[in-house]
Amino acid sequence: MAQTEIQWWHAFTGRLGDLLAEQVDKFNASQSDYKVVASHKGNYSETLNAGIAAFRAGEQPHILMVFEVGTATMMAAKGAIKPVYEVMAEGGAPFDPDGYLGPVKGYYTTPAGEMLSLPYNSSTPVLYVNKDALKGAGIDPSVDLTTWEKVGEVLDQLKSAGHKCPLTTAWQSWVHLENFSTWHNVPFATKENGFGGLDTELAFNGPMQVKHIQTMGDWAKDGKFFYAGRRNEGGANFRGGECAFFTESSAGYAGVKANAEFEFEIRPLPYWSDASGAPQNTIIGGSSLWVLGGHEADEYKGVSQFLSFLSTSGIQAKWHQDTGYLPITLAASEQTKAEGFYDENPGTDIAIIQMTGKAPTPNSKGLRLGSFDQIRGIIDEELEAVWSGDKSAQEALDSAVERGNQLLRRFEQANR
Amino acid sequence: MEKRVTFKGWMLPLALLAPQVLVTAIFFFWPAGQAIWQSMFIPDPFGLKAQFVGFGNFEFLFGDRYYRASFYTTATFSILVTVVSMGFALWLAVMADRLIKGSGPYRTLLIWPYAVAPAVAGVLWLFMFSPNVGLISWYLEELVGYRWNHVLNEGEAMGLVVFASAWGRVSYNFLFFLAGLQAIPKSVIEAAAIDGAHFWKRFWTIVFPLLSPTTFFLLVVNVVYAFFDTFGVIHTITAGGPQQATTILVYKVFADGFVGQDLGSSAAQSVILLIVVGILTIVQFRYIERRVHY
Repeated sequence: MAQTEIQWWHAFTGRLGDLLAEQVDKFNASQSDYKVVASHKGNYSETLNAGIAAFRAGEQPHILMVFEVGTATMMAAKGAIKPVYEVMAEGGAPFDPDGYLGPVKGYYTTPAGEMLSLPYNSSTPVLYVNKDALKGAGIDPSVDLTTWEKVGEVLDQLKSAGHKCPLTTAWQSWVHLENFSTWHNVPFATKENGFGGLDTELAFNGPMQVKHIQTMGDWAKDGKFFYAGRRNEGGANFRGGECAFFTESSAGYAGVKANAEFEFEIRPLPYWSDASGAPQNTIIGGSSLWVLGGHEADEYKGVSQFLSFLSTSGIQAKWHQDTGYLPITLAASEQTKAEGFYDENPGTDIAIIQMTGKAPTPNSKGLRLGSFDQIRGIIDEELEAVWSGDKSAQEALDSAVERGNQLLRRFEQANR
Repeated sequence: MEKRVTFKGWMLPLALLAPQVLVTAIFFFWPAGQAIWQSMFIPDPFGLKAQFVGFGNFEFLFGDRYYRASFYTTATFSILVTVVSMGFALWLAVMADRLIKGSGPYRTLLIWPYAVAPAVAGVLWLFMFSPNVGLISWYLEELVGYRWNHVLNEGEAMGLVVFASAWGRVSYNFLFFLAGLQAIPKSVIEAAAIDGAHFWKRFWTIVFPLLSPTTFFLLVVNVVYAFFDTFGVIHTITAGGPQQATTILVYKVFADGFVGQDLGSSAAQSVILLIVVGILTIVQFRYIERRVHY
């Protein structure tokens, strides 16, 4: 019998693309009934668009990689997707929903506990420290950096020692507003950050967030915070040794390790000591795999086997160790620990500890907001206005909330 | 006296016109009609359902301060791109036209940038001016002490996208200007020279007016280019930022439709763009073309 082909559209290139291809090859070699064909469709946004366009044309793949901000869009598209829990139940492949890391799974699960998409790559923001830069400024590299107050003091010292780029960041909205809010246990949006319904409204213009963004804005003005761009442009400055601190995804680890010609260290994301709820837990960024509707039962059986294969701890532990992304199952995390990886690579377990240290609250389960890619664009614009000194943090965040709410209302209307 | 040729019967002229009418209908009227139809709905991205909102999408757009500002941004951007690319091209063409020996290599070299795709041109300029790794931004800081950061500075961002967009266009304009210059009879210029008119006098009183059909053609083509084809450059260099300072109308159509999956708003913007370009073309042909001497 001929093999059944399973189409998988993804957004990975370079090293991640190679590792993904390796997983596919392993699966294809492990059995002979199904053949997974992975195709690269551009970046996250482009891949999602390709999937949507293909669905409209009736040419959709079986599996589509969708980044976490597209989650609400996919969830609302009930006629276009086939929930993962359903695929697994019908396909009969081994599947234990309880084996997945709670905060990772929670992002893609309904309030009733039904997993809609399979988490694929997930990371969380951490603080990277250039230890040589601290030493160069006469600062003890093991200095306490748990709170933003302490970080602020070190930034002052770096600045007065003539350091040109004390702090930079990647993904400003994700790190300094989204994760900032869950880390401090304050709402990013009403209705449990959108988990409670489409009539959610943005709420990230609260006093905690305003204080943080205003402080960052002041740092930018004083030359202590260098803004390099909306994505991970700042990574080049950090890896080149130019910047002392860098807030970035835990998945940036592989890149930093490969390129940094200085001693570096990973620290947990700092918090403000006067926040009663901090540190709570951080949330993920990354993507999950959505199964699209309109295919044959036999093909879905293959999909279920492949998803089950991806969740095995061998595959997950390797993925976690190679990339710095979180393992999606508890077993993979245990296996990594048992193999001694965390001892050899100190700091790589910080991401998991940050996410799983406390049980999530309604403010920290994750975000589920429609049109969120665009809302992030709005947040980026408004934050840039703060960094350039055009607006105060309060003005900028109020404006971002107001503009973002209009998009949420449109999304609600489109999905009524 | 105008000379008219009339066909006998209807069939032949209809048959001759049919291909053009068909192409226009399929590639213009049909999509434009679709855009107008879609602009009255808020659909979900997958096309599973749509809410009829009448003019709701237009109300939403014009209620948005940033959308209104985008008209101003588009005007600034288009004028700058047109002036810069045509100005440079004319200057280069005049200089190349004066050369008697060795103008061939110059001409060939000047045409090269036209072969570079807009997105690639964007990446090239971005690499030179990147605040992190750019060569020029590095020299600016080292030699002049100027910290270039178009990621935050609106003026710098606009300047960068204008130059990146105009750069490739200079070649195209250069070609037409050069051809136009060479079509001007040498005897006219020689006569003026004998009368004692110096170079710039000859240029402004004879050459430039005689070039006006070329200039007008390029004006129309360049404005359309600045409106529609600069999208790749903006996407790669600034993605419309900072604070939408470089979000021109057509870029917003893309951003809302393809990044935000808000197809209703995107369709409404296309309709508005259609009207704007229509008006612009009428203005160009009615008011500017009158001053053109053929």
